[in-house]
Amino acid sequence: MAQRRTAWTRLTTPFANIPATTATTLALAMWIAVIGGWALLSYGRVVPNMFLPTPGTVLQTAYRMSLDGSLFYHTFTSAKVVILGFIVSSLIAVPLGLWMGTYRAVQAPLEPLVNFIRYLPVTSFVPLFILWIGIGIEQRIAVIFFGTFFQQLVMISDCARSVSRDLVNASYTLGTKRSEAVWHVIFPAALPAILDTLRVTMGWAWTYLVVAELVAASSGLGYISLKAMRGFQVDVIFMAIAAIGLLGLITDTAFRILRARVAPWAP
Amino acid sequence: MGTLIMNASSQTAAGSRVVMTETIKANNPDGIAHAAGDQRSAGTTMAIEDVTLRYGDANGVLALDDVSLKVAKNEFCVIVGPSGCGKSSLLYLAAGLNDATSGSIRVDGREVIEPGPDRGMVFQSYTLFPWLTVRANIEYGPKRKGLPAEQRKQIVDQYLDEVGLAPFADHYPAQLSGGMKQRVAIARALANDPAVLLMDEPFGALDSQTRGTMQKLLLRVWERQQKTVLFVTHDIDEALVLGDRVLVMTARPGKIKAEIKVDIPRPRSMDVILEPDFIALKRRILGLLHDEIDEDH
Repeated sequence: MAQRRTAWTRLTTPFANIPATTATTLALAMWIAVIGGWALLSYGRVVPNMFLPTPGTVLQTAYRMSLDGSLFYHTFTSAKVVILGFIVSSLIAVPLGLWMGTYRAVQAPLEPLVNFIRYLPVTSFVPLFILWIGIGIEQRIAVIFFGTFFQQLVMISDCARSVSRDLVNASYTLGTKRSEAVWHVIFPAALPAILDTLRVTMGWAWTYLVVAELVAASSGLGYISLKAMRGFQVDVIFMAIAAIGLLGLITDTAFRILRARVAPWAP
Repeated sequence: MGTLIMNASSQTAAGSRVVMTETIKANNPDGIAHAAGDQRSAGTTMAIEDVTLRYGDANGVLALDDVSLKVAKNEFCVIVGPSGCGKSSLLYLAAGLNDATSGSIRVDGREVIEPGPDRGMVFQSYTLFPWLTVRANIEYGPKRKGLPAEQRKQIVDQYLDEVGLAPFADHYPAQLSGGMKQRVAIARALANDPAVLLMDEPFGALDSQTRGTMQKLLLRVWERQQKTVLFVTHDIDEALVLGDRVLVMTARPGKIKAEIKVDIPRPRSMDVILEPDFIALKRRILGLLHDEIDEDH
């Protein structure tokens, strides 16, 4: 090539890699822009503080609530609900989804039912869950489960179905029995895609938190922001939202690390 | 009728082979594919009898039309044919990965009803298990068989050496080139010690230089290991360089059109393609295939 690529052509080339430092700089710049814009709007009184608190106030609130331990307490309660709901859902969805994607005989009866339930709004089931399960933590876990499970099932079933037929055929010619193919071939082949699905659906599980803590909760990040709304404590709402987002970011990163560890062979 | 005789005599392996040979002859007095197999009839490893394959219902596409052939023990048998003639389908039937509409396939006298480790296969697409290292890929079959770890290690090391990939034992398939992947695939199939090795255009996706290297490697391995091979390709050079016998298939529906014995002495080098004998055989096969392609248009 006569002329070397400039940094600009590299940035504007589809799918081209950019240096890690550039990527990090761009990511940081985005955060600075968002927080800077927020600071500008709030400190500059463009938006009244009653609707948009300043970053300083939110940080102060966070500091105050971490001192008395309430931030940790509410965060812990919420994380427990989301993670338990997510784990229970995944523990059933992964094996069942694998079966569904592998065997037409499992897919045929389940898929229409799952696709029906998948489109039902979780919120409309909250009264029923309270009626059936009560108002304990089980009810909140049920909301997370209901919001996550059916999506996971469909997506994991797709992961299993997209495993190459020739891979399975090759395993047969090497002595794999039909009953062994799910465990020895389809599961490991689909594992990277399954972990990606779990990472994405973990994000969805967090978004159902506020719905889960809508009624009958007495602690949790969703609960305190709902309570704060009644007292116009916008700073608390902002802090709760930021905390949920931060927890989501942490679990997302954890899943990325897990995937790199468990499936180092996958791109 | 043939099936009845087979089943009755299949207790004694040697006896069944004799009966089987006779039965096929009786059923296909004009069958062109048997001649060379019979010459080596000391051991027929694979016998394909009157196999027909039709996709869908009775009006569906006829892919294979009454195909019969035999592969002798330790023979390198190659099938060439125009693309879409059903040669790959035939290999999938032999592997037990698909069911024939009618006819039967036997390996060492046993009827093929499902896939099994006695019929190793190398596919055109890359089918290494991406989550396993090269070593673990080769070890997969022996592990399924339940061989002890020591023996498995010995087998894996032997075949790693055989295909020259010992330095890459701990690499994952994604880190290998196309040619290396197929070398591992061959090692993986051979490590299982199959009665017959089925190869479905294994070098079809490789560039011509790598293909030449792979053919050389396969010849070397085959000459040392003495395996029964049924190899499918559309490349006439490849067929003649590798095979003891070349079967030419017709365009769809696939039938065995001619059988050509390749009397080029072994060990063969890649230079045989320049020799007059080779070129004469090639011209013959080209003629046979051109008829097919012309008929198509």
